[in-house]
Amino acid sequence: MSMILDSKIPEGPRAEKWEKHKFNVKLVNPANKRKYDVIVVGTGLAGGAAAASLAELGYNVKAFTYHDSPRRAHSIAAQGGINAAKNYQNDGDSVFRLFYDTIKGGDYRAREANVYRLAQVSVNIIDQCVAQGVPFAREYGGLLANRSFGGAQVSRTFYARGQTGQQLLLGAYSALSRQIAYGKVKMYTRSEMLDVVIVDGQARGIITRNLITGEIEKHAAHAVVLATGGYGNVFYLSTNAMYCNATAAWRAHKKGAYFANPCFTQIHPTCIPVSGDYQSKLTLMSESLRNDGRVWVPKTVEMAEKVRQGQIKPQDIAEDDRDYFLERKYPAFGNLVPRDVASRNAKMMCDEGRGVGSTGLAVYLDFADIIKRTGADAVSQKYGNLFDMYAKITDEDPYTQPMRIYPAVHYTMGGLWVDYNLQTTVPGLYATGECNFSDHGANRLGASALMQGLADGYFVIPYTIGDYLAQTPPKPVTTENPAFAQAEADVRGRVQKLMSINGTRTPDDFHKHLGHLMWEYCGMARTAEGLKHAKVEIQKLRKEFWSDLKLSGSNDELNQALEKAGRVADFLELGELMVDDALNRNESCGGHFREEYATEDGEAKRNDDEYAYVAAWQYVGDNQPEILNKEELHFENVKLTQRSYK
Amino acid sequence: MAGSNPNAKPMNLTLKVWRQKNRATAGQVVDYNVRDISPDMSFLEMLDVLNEDLLRKGDDPVAFDHDCREGICGSCNLFINGRAHGPESGTTTCQLHMRKFSDGDTIVIEPWRANSFPVNKDLSVDRSAFDRIIQAGGYVSVNTGGAPDGNEIPVPKEIADRAFEAATCIGCGACVAACKNASAMLFVSAKVSQLALLPQGHAERATRVENMVAQMDKEGFGACTNIGSCAAECPVGISLENIATLNREFLAAKASSNNLS
Repeated sequence: MSMILDSKIPEGPRAEKWEKHKFNVKLVNPANKRKYDVIVVGTGLAGGAAAASLAELGYNVKAFTYHDSPRRAHSIAAQGGINAAKNYQNDGDSVFRLFYDTIKGGDYRAREANVYRLAQVSVNIIDQCVAQGVPFAREYGGLLANRSFGGAQVSRTFYARGQTGQQLLLGAYSALSRQIAYGKVKMYTRSEMLDVVIVDGQARGIITRNLITGEIEKHAAHAVVLATGGYGNVFYLSTNAMYCNATAAWRAHKKGAYFANPCFTQIHPTCIPVSGDYQSKLTLMSESLRNDGRVWVPKTVEMAEKVRQGQIKPQDIAEDDRDYFLERKYPAFGNLVPRDVASRNAKMMCDEGRGVGSTGLAVYLDFADIIKRTGADAVSQKYGNLFDMYAKITDEDPYTQPMRIYPAVHYTMGGLWVDYNLQTTVPGLYATGECNFSDHGANRLGASALMQGLADGYFVIPYTIGDYLAQTPPKPVTTENPAFAQAEADVRGRVQKLMSINGTRTPDDFHKHLGHLMWEYCGMARTAEGLKHAKVEIQKLRKEFWSDLKLSGSNDELNQALEKAGRVADFLELGELMVDDALNRNESCGGHFREEYATEDGEAKRNDDEYAYVAAWQYVGDNQPEILNKEELHFENVKLTQRSYK
Repeated sequence: MAGSNPNAKPMNLTLKVWRQKNRATAGQVVDYNVRDISPDMSFLEMLDVLNEDLLRKGDDPVAFDHDCREGICGSCNLFINGRAHGPESGTTTCQLHMRKFSDGDTIVIEPWRANSFPVNKDLSVDRSAFDRIIQAGGYVSVNTGGAPDGNEIPVPKEIADRAFEAATCIGCGACVAACKNASAMLFVSAKVSQLALLPQGHAERATRVENMVAQMDKEGFGACTNIGSCAAECPVGISLENIATLNREFLAAKASSNNLS
């Protein structure tokens, strides 16, 4: 039975909802806060910020990461920047404009109230980070600098050269470290969450595996916050870090948390192209480069062929023989169209046979103009670390020849369904940051992931979790309930099962195979036929995984292949749900592009009458079709139109 | 297959790899051969090839730390042919590419060697000492909420830029591995400098440097004798000047009366 989901959006005008809600939520009095334990899984921007802020309030926090240190979470790799509606540039920005751009950028598939709140607290994030000593870029007068990003016509992006994520994460890490020193956060490193424990219908703890000793551990708390990131690595090759995985979210899903819009995945337009089949991951070149870089391909297939053969160099191609296709097709936004639009157009060019590089799967991102205008030094000041990274990986010099770029999986807008309080469908279980689905609709705008992670962690969850805890008796929680023993036994059984298959194919081998299927049939362009085919293939692959997996060593030591196997097993289930979701959504919107649903000029064609809803999938049992629950989206503040960046 | 080097020939290499079951067991160097390595592979992708091969044969793959493979998370930490992160300067292990080696080379791969970084297994070491040093004072004591407007305190661009340069430390530990004394001064000084430069860090600058240095000593890191290997091997170019800043901050803190003993 599917149910209507209650998103618990507060009443009242948009600008007052959050203020009113903060007043209406129940409070835990200061003396009682120390009687509550909260588990936070993940220590990236969302988790690190949440753990520190909750501890500052007085709760006892247990924080978990599978890394050797909380400072290594993948938030650290975010390059370009963080949006905030400060309007320091006097260029017409406002909370409403950031809200509007985000809703439109997400192709009208995000929840208005959450997005408005996100835009409201965005300004507090910058203040908080500055106070922590985050060294944002500044102007000569000493004030904070901004730059532009895709999908916006104002400059609202704050940045720290090409390492904004690193600096913001180290800010959250420093706040977290301070609370660890105070004893308010107990930090568990190299601990991977393998299950969530439900007692009487409420999340009351987690099961972890110590990655060094292999020990399976039980941890109890009054509430559990998941901040475990996205699932882009289901595609094998992505810009995500190697350890990024869906296991925590997927385990929670199987314990009752609905999974929303899993097919909404973001393909980032500017990544370094694949160079060989040994490749382990893809590297992003920040969207900020599209401020000054111009995207083009040769005008004709013949010319492109000559480039691919190495007969002519890109810098020798005359201006008239180049097609700056984004500037041509989208004069208003030019190279700064949103990511989904830029990616799709790059693919179209390559499909037409005008791609470059030896594989023909690349377009140029050219800095010749800006270097001519401002000099190589000025360009290096802005993008030096990115240019260096490009040169190291490709052995080509982007100062003298254009970069080759191609779209790659980067971010997942889908995730665990949460209400306005960021609570999942399991009471006491919360999801924050990329792990939830709430703010980016079908396409995320650049520099908005950092904003959302920190908004959730610093400014939303500290309020909303109090409302839940205030209604929970402040009695100590223990791991004695039989639900813990059962969950522990399940985890142990699963680890042992993986270890005992003794087949022939490695976890990476299965992962690559899955990634290929997902990219081919559930990637940048999807068709009903392809998706149906993929579903059958994934089911076959999953069967094969559980009968032909090869591992070695034991489970009571550091065993990285075993870790990987557990994650791949979950990807093999999530991948099928993504396909189901993509098949269900008979429209194109944002990053979800079904070839059957396109406008005449190849843009995504939404179907608002039938699909203006969040698809929240409910797990009912292994190898059974999941149940689709719908949250209807209501737009009171923006008018749904065909997105245009022309 | 990649852009620049289409004619580069695959390489065959001999690897001498440190294998150690766990902290309590003695380790040893084991020889492996890897074949058909593309010059466009990263060093870690070359190890992936080795590990897939070992796993298929039922052997134990080589454990090593890595994650982002973009040179920013600070996880990877291999000591290659006697150098932290290998032969290319300003580069993390994950950004080192096989085109820096030649067909027939023998490559020696070890973990970071320092008492304060005990080995977990093979090439993976425990760097939690760095976290404890940060916990001792590597922060500004500001709770969430109530921060003044970001533009309330102007920070001259030059100061902000210098603070940023210090703040780019990725916490990989190459400085410790490169130092003959296994000193952590470059790591500690980078954080001390960043927060001493910025007005937001001024209130606690004296206690911060004292507490962080005390923790550094407690963790068993060696003393600094101003050799400079740390800065030479740092993959992100943290400057030796930070150590001078730390020394200045430390003396100033000790000279004032209201700080720690």
